[in-house]
Amino acid sequence: MIRIDSVTKRYPDGTVAVDRLSLDIEDGSITVLVGPSGCGKTTTLRMINRMVEPSEGTILLDGADIRQQPVNTLRRSMGYVIQNAGLFQHRTIVDNIATVPRLLGWGKDRARARARELMERVGLDASLAKRYPYQLSGGQQQRVGVARALAADPPVLLMDEPFSAVDPVVRKGLQDELLRIQAELGKTIVFVTHDIDEAVKLGTMVAVLRTGGHLAQYAPPAELLSDPADAFVEDFLGSDRGIRRLSFFPSGALELQTAPVVALDADAGTIAARGSTSGAPYLLVADLDGRPLGWGDPKDLTAGEIEPGRLLSHGRPFVHGKDSLRAALDAAVLSPTGWAVGVDGTGRVVGVVSQQAVGEAIRSAHALDRGGEDARAVR
Amino acid sequence: MNLLQFVHAFFGDGSHWHGYDGIPTRVLEHVRYSLEALALAAAIGLPVGLVTGHYGRGGNALALLATAGRALPTFGLLVLVVTWLGFGLGPVMIPLVVLAVPPILVTTYEAVRSVDPAPVDAARGMGMPEPRILFQVELPVALTLILGGLRSAAVQIVSTATIAAYVGLGGLGRYIIDGLYQRNYEKVVGGATLVAALALATLAVFWAVARLTVSPGVRRGT
Repeated sequence: MIRIDSVTKRYPDGTVAVDRLSLDIEDGSITVLVGPSGCGKTTTLRMINRMVEPSEGTILLDGADIRQQPVNTLRRSMGYVIQNAGLFQHRTIVDNIATVPRLLGWGKDRARARARELMERVGLDASLAKRYPYQLSGGQQQRVGVARALAADPPVLLMDEPFSAVDPVVRKGLQDELLRIQAELGKTIVFVTHDIDEAVKLGTMVAVLRTGGHLAQYAPPAELLSDPADAFVEDFLGSDRGIRRLSFFPSGALELQTAPVVALDADAGTIAARGSTSGAPYLLVADLDGRPLGWGDPKDLTAGEIEPGRLLSHGRPFVHGKDSLRAALDAAVLSPTGWAVGVDGTGRVVGVVSQQAVGEAIRSAHALDRGGEDARAVR
Repeated sequence: MNLLQFVHAFFGDGSHWHGYDGIPTRVLEHVRYSLEALALAAAIGLPVGLVTGHYGRGGNALALLATAGRALPTFGLLVLVVTWLGFGLGPVMIPLVVLAVPPILVTTYEAVRSVDPAPVDAARGMGMPEPRILFQVELPVALTLILGGLRSAAVQIVSTATIAAYVGLGGLGRYIIDGLYQRNYEKVVGGATLVAALALATLAVFWAVARLTVSPGVRRGT
């Protein structure tokens, strides 16, 4: 555990970057420090590996003051990832990754073998090993940065806005990759970002800091979204925190209806019966494998002559039980019929659900949550 | 006689290729003076430039020193030093080193300063000791510029080492000074041509050294 104990950083000109900050960072968790510029989040991170020395207070690593060991020994036990990766442009990818093992005195071959292992772990093709950083895309460079930080298998990983310089699609990929790596390796990760969405997505715990280095709130992301501590946190979370909070409710509780679903080869009687009894204005047509094709008005559907090309789009379905209520609501809002299509992991239709039904599920989920039941995070 | 004829006459004369005043001897002398002066200047300029560049301090003092060094007229300095210390190779080295230190020092300082701070921060954060940061992170990236500084210093030394002849030493300046004294313009032009060729050869050597020592990751295939 990393314990930050009433730490203050005051610069010679009197600026206070961090003000009596106390945080307990649990082992094996991702703790995100988030806040606007000037809130001291990077300074806090850099105090953990002594790139910045606190003016007051102590930082304990597993109960021992971090100042007790030589500074470079401490730093080599903590992976360090920065914005734009900060790769060594004169070294090949494999030698960049091998940096810390080499510092620890490993032989060249062993360090390179380890580096190749890590390239695979972070999703880099082995053919990139002998390339130089300028030959890689921004996203690939950042993966190298993560691999380099992991090379000596440090228990702690410090990440300073690592993904903020890449485009949103690449960023999402890197975030998913980090969560996967974290699930596999169980590192203690301290992650700095100014992006609250990134904080909510990645954080086991999120520390919101405000300008001047004050801790505004320290809570799991679901709690942050449901109970912001004050107006600053609420404001920082943005106007759609209610919607975002739905990410933490699973869609498995939704009751999907199968009545408004007909197969492509349905006979006239089935179409007529489903059209009148299902309560849905449209019927979802699925192909013979059970995959959704689109919505059709029961009056226009002629048995045996359904043309998939003339159906209304079914929009993007949600994966029932795996996706969150947010995805289900999104699917319902975007559907031209107002009904969301739920599929299983293989893309086959499980059932459909109306906006009203999603709304009811949201209300009951909130009621349950207030009743003290923990919201299970669904990402 | 035109210039080409002078050149032809000088290099075509077989007697110019032998003996203590022959071309090989004079070229070797000139190269030796130049190398010694460059080595001395580098021994002063490189360490100071690297360390001040790494710590980012002392830039103003360096600029002042460099300006002063450049303002000193080399020939005037030579006369002064010879008056003071007498004849010999030492007094010749001083003005040459004074000439060469500023470009080496200032370029090295600027080269290290201009290295992207992100990899340096990353290296420090990974627990790399400061000397290793300087030699394994900053120097390889700054090398192109540093070699550029050494190259201009070397070319200036090669062109200026002719002054050794003024104080009775050898080198290619011998041909120019003796030629002028003897009104032997063939000799003057020949000497000047050799100095120019040596300067060009120096450029070629530095080009080759850069190809061999600068990482392809820094050169970016240029």
